[in-house]
Parts: sequence; structure tokens; C-alpha cells
Amino acid sequence: MLSYEEIIEKYEPALGLEVHVELGTKTKMFCGCPTEFGAEPNTQVCPVCLGMPGALPFVNERAIESTILIGLALNCSIAPWSRFARKNYFYPDMPKNFQISQYDEPICTDGYLDVEYETPEGMKTFRIEIERVHMEEDTGKSLHVGGATGRIHGAEYSLLDYNRAGIPLVEIVTKTVLGTESYAPQIAKAYVKELRDILRALGVSDVKMEQGSLRCDANISLSPRGSGKLGTRSETKNVNSLRSVERAITSEMHRHAQRLEAGERVVQETRHFQEDSGTTRSGRSKEQAEDYRYFPEPDLLPVAPSAEWIEQLRAQLPERPSAHRARLQQLWQVPDKEMAAMINAGVVGVVEETVAEGADPTKARTWWLGEISRVANEREVEVVEMPITPKDVAEIIALVAAGDLTDKLARQVVEGVIAGEGNPAEVIAARGIKVVSDEGELVAAIERAIAAQPDTAQKVRDGNIPAAGALIGAVMKDTKGQADAARVRELLLGLLGQS
Amino acid sequence: MSRISNEEVARIAHLARLELSANEIAELAGEMEAILGAVARVQEAAKSDVVPTSHPLALVNVTRPDVVRPSLTPESALSGAPASEENRFRVPQILGEEA
Ligand SMILES: [Zn+2]
Repeated sequence: MLSYEEIIEKYEPALGLEVHVELGTKTKMFCGCPTEFGAEPNTQVCPVCLGMPGALPFVNERAIESTILIGLALNCSIAPWSRFARKNYFYPDMPKNFQISQYDEPICTDGYLDVEYETPEGMKTFRIEIERVHMEEDTGKSLHVGGATGRIHGAEYSLLDYNRAGIPLVEIVTKTVLGTESYAPQIAKAYVKELRDILRALGVSDVKMEQGSLRCDANISLSPRGSGKLGTRSETKNVNSLRSVERAITSEMHRHAQRLEAGERVVQETRHFQEDSGTTRSGRSKEQAEDYRYFPEPDLLPVAPSAEWIEQLRAQLPERPSAHRARLQQLWQVPDKEMAAMINAGVVGVVEETVAEGADPTKARTWWLGEISRVANEREVEVVEMPITPKDVAEIIALVAAGDLTDKLARQVVEGVIAGEGNPAEVIAARGIKVVSDEGELVAAIERAIAAQPDTAQKVRDGNIPAAGALIGAVMKDTKGQADAARVRELLLGLLGQS
Repeated sequence: MSRISNEEVARIAHLARLELSANEIAELAGEMEAILGAVARVQEAAKSDVVPTSHPLALVNVTRPDVVRPSLTPESALSGAPASEENRFRVPQILGEEA
């Protein structure tokens, strides 16, 4: 088997990414049904989204505006005239037997997104070209009953909830991405992350990968170097975390290389990422071109945004995340290396929010990049998914600054909040965490330590300052770690005539 | 108008997940040809100055505001379903697909 380095030496990876984002509109794409996540089954359905005979779709204006905003943020051209199309297929996740989508006339085309990535040779920018951004509707959710694993295979029947059917969905498709070389998996992840930040900044979606409001299909192919043509690609569907994007592509690169090395061909098919093993399993073969018999949707009129409408929307665009980050770096005086670490860890947003809650930028950065990142790594989740808020972190920083917590105690509070014990105040109360700052109490504890270790105390009196460590340790133990060690040292040395 | 071949009918039947006998396929090929032939007469009427359209109305951007309207109750939504379970539509086994 080839090592990753050998794979890159022999083959050139080509990426393609399709991201589906559910818009955060109040209502569905073509009807007034609400779009709350997690509602009871079939409580957000009506004749339109159930595909009842005679029901007619009616386009959500906000959904069109959101799509145009996305297109503008991705440097796309906005089509002056575009249409919806029916994509026909036989699968019960759409009660109409077709999905309303866009086919040959998407609303946005030909854009790009620049992705910054910190390589060992320094920060590099990779331009990911966007082929199209189009509107469609999401499908219902199926539950397969009777199979061993909830998969279709082996199931006896399926149960359908159409709450999600008809939720506005925007599909963002890249052109084939070449030139990422050994960084292909990381660039794919960085692209989805950057896209997520842009969508969040635009306020068009809550972009929660774990809830499926942002989903990624990752295409990858390998072509032998110098062959001058692309290899056969596989498409891994619905990868549902940033980490999985990187893992799925890495795993597919290994699988493709192994097949090619063995003289076998890569089959063009969809694959499913398996979170536990980090590998993919085979899904539907795409060897026979699918025939969705697209045709223009006769129930809907064309979308023809005027130049004024587009300019009005352009004026609403927020600051681009990369420009925003550059401004924050300047403001906070963060060195390049540290900023890159923050970007790679995805903590710029939470640090910014922590600072907005009144915290010092350096302290905020230290907590998010340090303790909280460490636990997030252990749990294999993104830092922003950790159950601690910027407000919690700002509160803890304020308590340390006021002398109510030592750094050590602050770590215990963070640990408690992450463990789900409540907000900082609740954790402090429940765990009985407090700094022993009563000087009388401290002095009494120090005197007890001196009495218990008279020989050590004498050494300190004689000028052996490092010997004080044992006494300070005893005091910290006596006060259950709730004393400020620096203050204990100061008082102790004073009492032993060494200040 | 090109002839609708038996292969064409078989392919469409497969896309629709319909099992058809050879006789049915041959019969449908003839019927479909007749239907398409009738519709094709429209093309004779359309001169080159007629722009193809998907809609008879010369309107664009017909939209509605993003305001919630009441949905059906699950009982009402499921009332016409041949089978349901746990407030969901129950459908027969899905064949030959892995979504
Ligand atoms: Zn509806």
C-alpha cells in the first residue's frame, strides 16, 4: 500500500464540493409552512408541500433574496433571468414524485471563494471557483423500519415525515479544484468552514452541520501525474461535520490509490461516510447516467431580478470574513502565527464575542485556544460546538481579574461548565470554589504549616528560599487549592523574615 | 417524429419502477407514439418567430412574503394516506435505492 506521500507523488487529486444549505427563512420555499427544526412529524405540512393535486407553489421572496446574497458574497454573476425546473424521480422523500430545482438556468454562476490555509511553508491562499449556486427544495425525512441498522437495505417498510420537504435549499457547486496537492483534504475542510462563516455572517442560515442545515457532498478523483486527464470520481454524500469532510477525502484518496495501484478501476458511484471507522461504503452506482427528465416548472414564473434589486442586496453584504479577520488581528495586535492558529481552530468568532462581553483579547484567546480547544480535541468536536459560551468565558476572565478566582480555580470552573454543571456562578456555588483571600485565615494556615514542619521553616529562615515550596504546598493543600499561591508565598516569606 | 422503440418504453418503465411484459411494452410503444404524434402537430403551427415558453403569462418575479401560514394538522395530513404509523406516512419497502 502506498503511503500518503507516495500517493501525492504518483497522482494528482482533483476535488469537487457540493454544499447544500437550508435557508433560515421562516417559511418553506413554495408554501407558508413553518420551518422549525425538530417539530413533531408532519405538523409543518400543507397541500402544497404534500404535493396534493391542484395545489400550486408560490415562491418565497426572502429565499430568492438569500440566494442572491449568497451568490454576491461568492463573487458570482446573478442571472438576469432564471427558471425553476422539475427534477423527476421515484423515491418517497418527495410526495410530488419530483423536486423543484433549477437545471440549466441557475440564478448565480461563475464565482469564487478564496480560502486561506496555513501550510508548513506559511499562509497560502487557494482560490476555489464556484460553478453555480441554485435554489431548490429540501426533501422529507425517511425512517426505515425492520432493517438491522436503519438503512434501506433489509428494511420492511419506511415511514415518512414531510416537515423538511419544501424547506428552501441552496446548492453551491464548485468547479473541479486542482492544485491543492497534498492539502486536498485540508483545503476541502477549510473551504466548507469559510463558506459556513460567510453564510453565518450573511444571516441566511443557521449553518448547523450536526442538524443538517449545512451538508457537504465531497467528490474526489486521482489522476496519474502527466496523464493530462481527470480520473474517475467518487461522491461521498452528506458528510455532516467539518472534520468528516477532511477524513472522508483522505480515506477516499487512499481507497482510490489502492484500486489504481492494483490495476483496478474506480467505479463512479455515491458513497456514504461512516463516522466510526472514518471510511466510506458503497452506495448507488452512477455508471448509468441518471435520467431525471428535467423540464421547466410550468407552475412557476421565471425569476428575473432587476439590476436595482441586485444592487440593493449588494449594499446589504456584511464585511467579508477574511477582511473582518484582518481588521480584528490589527485591533487585537495578534501575531500572524497566533492568528493562523485561531483561524485553523475556528475560534475567531467566539473570541470576538468574548471580547464583546468585556474580556481582554489576549486572555479570551488563551482560554479558547488552550483549555477549551484541548477538551474539544479530546471529544473530537469543533471548538464552537463546546457547551460553553463566550459570555461564560468572559465572566470567568472577569472573576480572575477581580482576584475572585486563581487561574487554577478558573480552570476548574471552565471544566464544570463544559461538564454541563451550569453557568460559572452555578459551578462556583455547587463546587464550593472560592479563593481564600481572608488574610487571617491564610496566616493561620501558614502558621499551622510552619508548626508542622519546623525543620523546613528553619531552612527558609537560614536563607534556603527554594525550601519554602514544601510549606507553600502544605498551605495550598490545607486550603484545598483555593488560596492564591503567590500571596501565600509572599506572606510565608514575610513571616520567616525573608521578604 | 421518431418512432418510440420498445427499448425506450422499457427504459422509461424502469425509471418509473414499473414491471411490464413484452406485450405491454409493444402495446404502449404504439400508444405513446400516437400521443406524441398528436402533440407534435403543435410544432407545425409554431413559426420561427414564436419564442419557446414554459408559461403563457408574461410575468416574472411573482413572490410571496416570508410569513407563516397555518399548516394542516397531522391527522388531516395523514387522513388520505393508505397507511400511517407514528404520525408518519407509511410506504412499502423501497427497492434498489440507497439514499
Ligand atoms: Zn406546506
